[in-house]
Amino acid sequence: MTRSSLPKLAGQVVLYAAFAATIGHFSHAPAYQHLGQDQGLIRLSFKHAGQFKVECRQRSAEELAKLPAQLRVAADCPRERSPVRVRVELDGRTLVDESFPASGLHHDGPASGYRRIPVVAGEHRLKVAFNDSVRDPRFQHVREALVTMKPGQVVLIDFAPEHAGVLIQ
Amino acid sequence: MSPASESASRSAPAVAGDAACDRPTPHGPLLRAVRWIERRLDGLCGEANNPMRQLGAIGFHLFWIVAATGGYLYVFYDTSVEGVWASVRDLSREQPWAGGWLRSLHRYASDALVVVLALHAVREWAYGRLRHFRAFSWVSGVPTIGLTLASGVIGYWLVWDELALFIGVATTEWFGALPGFGTGLIRNFITESAITDRLFSLLMFLHIGVPLALLGALWIHIQRLTRPRTVPSRAVGAWCLVSLLALGLALPAESGPAAQLDRVARSVGIDWFYLAVYPAMYASSPMTVWAVVLGATVLLFALPWIGRRARPQPALVDPANCNGCSRCFADCPYEAIAMAPHPKGRGQIAVVSEQACAACGVCVGACPSSTPFRRGEHLVTGIDLPETPLSALRERLDAALDASRRVGGPAPVVVFACRHGADLPPRDARVVGLSVVCAAQLPPSFVDYALRSGAGSVLISSCPPDDCEFRFGSRWQSDRLQGRREPRLRATETPGAWRVVYAAREDHDRLDAAIAASFASPAATPSAVPARARRLQGPHGPPP
Repeated sequence: MTRSSLPKLAGQVVLYAAFAATIGHFSHAPAYQHLGQDQGLIRLSFKHAGQFKVECRQRSAEELAKLPAQLRVAADCPRERSPVRVRVELDGRTLVDESFPASGLHHDGPASGYRRIPVVAGEHRLKVAFNDSVRDPRFQHVREALVTMKPGQVVLIDFAPEHAGVLIQ
Repeated sequence: MSPASESASRSAPAVAGDAACDRPTPHGPLLRAVRWIERRLDGLCGEANNPMRQLGAIGFHLFWIVAATGGYLYVFYDTSVEGVWASVRDLSREQPWAGGWLRSLHRYASDALVVVLALHAVREWAYGRLRHFRAFSWVSGVPTIGLTLASGVIGYWLVWDELALFIGVATTEWFGALPGFGTGLIRNFITESAITDRLFSLLMFLHIGVPLALLGALWIHIQRLTRPRTVPSRAVGAWCLVSLLALGLALPAESGPAAQLDRVARSVGIDWFYLAVYPAMYASSPMTVWAVVLGATVLLFALPWIGRRARPQPALVDPANCNGCSRCFADCPYEAIAMAPHPKGRGQIAVVSEQACAACGVCVGACPSSTPFRRGEHLVTGIDLPETPLSALRERLDAALDASRRVGGPAPVVVFACRHGADLPPRDARVVGLSVVCAAQLPPSFVDYALRSGAGSVLISSCPPDDCEFRFGSRWQSDRLQGRREPRLRATETPGAWRVVYAAREDHDRLDAAIAASFASPAATPSAVPARARRLQGPHGPPP
């Protein structure tokens, strides 16, 4: 190695060191502050098929006779399902009050919803109410709980009427 | 003289009416910045080892580093819910050298790949290398960005620490905003029942499958290149590897706390090369980020057709003069020439793909029939550029030398200059300047021809080999002139009569110095012979 090539070698060391330092730095930093230091998170997430919008009706004998033989089913059930309405209140303050439509081209699939709500840690009274039938204006499924949230804690609100109804976990 | 005014005066064509002298490449501030960096790195690393000149090859190099290290890490990866986090953490703890160091290399090489991809795209854009025949390479390169980012994001999931959980939820929140995906997707990362062994098997499948798709995209990306450079120079490859290994030692990649569905990381040290989209999403909205990402993707795909300039006419083969020697096929830098049976049944004929042809003229310089000594007022070659035909070059040379002879005085220096290199100097009666699309467009026999026509000496001004606009033009021309490649130069027996100067577009001084040197040592021979007589004599001079 000649004396004149040493500065170039040193320059290349600096060049590749700068390259590696850039990679190393932005591979970890700056940190992203996802939530405030005193915050926790409420996640509302559900997937539920609402009730049929229109109740099934029994066809009369005349109606059945008019139908082709392969379509003669006694119950006439329109497939469209109700949207699912959700209301979430925290310490008496409404955080969510929305209707989530049934999925599918004919609105005959389950409705699903997701909301992400950062809240200050501490003790809170949480009230969650679900309505899954347009034929009944009341909230049929309601749950109220006192939750103590720590910073960084996640409280998940789910809905499974066939098991425990409204879940707060 | 200011650089701007100097450039203006130098860019004046030495031969009137030479439309080909207009530089076809852009001159924007971005290109100036790129050139400034490249030339400083040329000085520091040497052109052959300048990383900016081999970004694509470095990208391949990094890909293989990531693939090789990933193969090792895969051996120890446990796809069960209970074992997944611990298996990655233990890799760093229990085998810090083989496991931890390779894991760090895997991560940092992936990050470097993103940087290199971005630099590669910006550089090609700055040079305007995305239109016409290069549109295929540009468009096929766009998906590689998305595939690279997707591979990296999935890789972060596999660690299954709190960062992985954050990414998993954020990704599903992002995709869940799209019609068709729905918010139900998010439940895969927030409910206990959805986190199963199969999830990690699926993620591992994706982490192998998406990079394989990336490799396929890279393969398509280089299909329009002859001898694509997929391996960097030994020095650059070693520097990259050593610097990333050193980084792995200094800052080992480690797992965060294990993912817990009832916990969320309030602050995460994220990898900004791969994960910048998530802070952007939380700062705005998922649909805003989708609009930006999709808009940028559409823009990248459309760039080759935005503000499009006229496409240069592709090379044209003359069946009567093509003998099927396949030299043009061997020399074309862009796989634009194929050999096919000659329509008259006499061997083969070159066939040019109009879409792939760069109209660089490298094929013209390779053609054995591209000799100015051919008889006939109009020079017809086996393959030629319709916009800058060889006959026009010969006519301009003849006219300039005849004019010089009429004026008298010392024999002029003929300069054949690549139009992508240094501009020809301002008009000088002692210099005959002729620009060519690429130095390799000039058949070597033109050097003999110019010397026999009264040129004092001939200077070929070419871009430096690693700065050639058409990849191999500079190298092929050098090989031809030095007798290492067909067609060879005959004037090699006349030392000092011709010379080559590598002068990039900024190297005006180097070109001027080479011209001055040509005056200092002109050829001993030439007796001026009128053009028509010269063609009748041929390259070997008058008959004895």
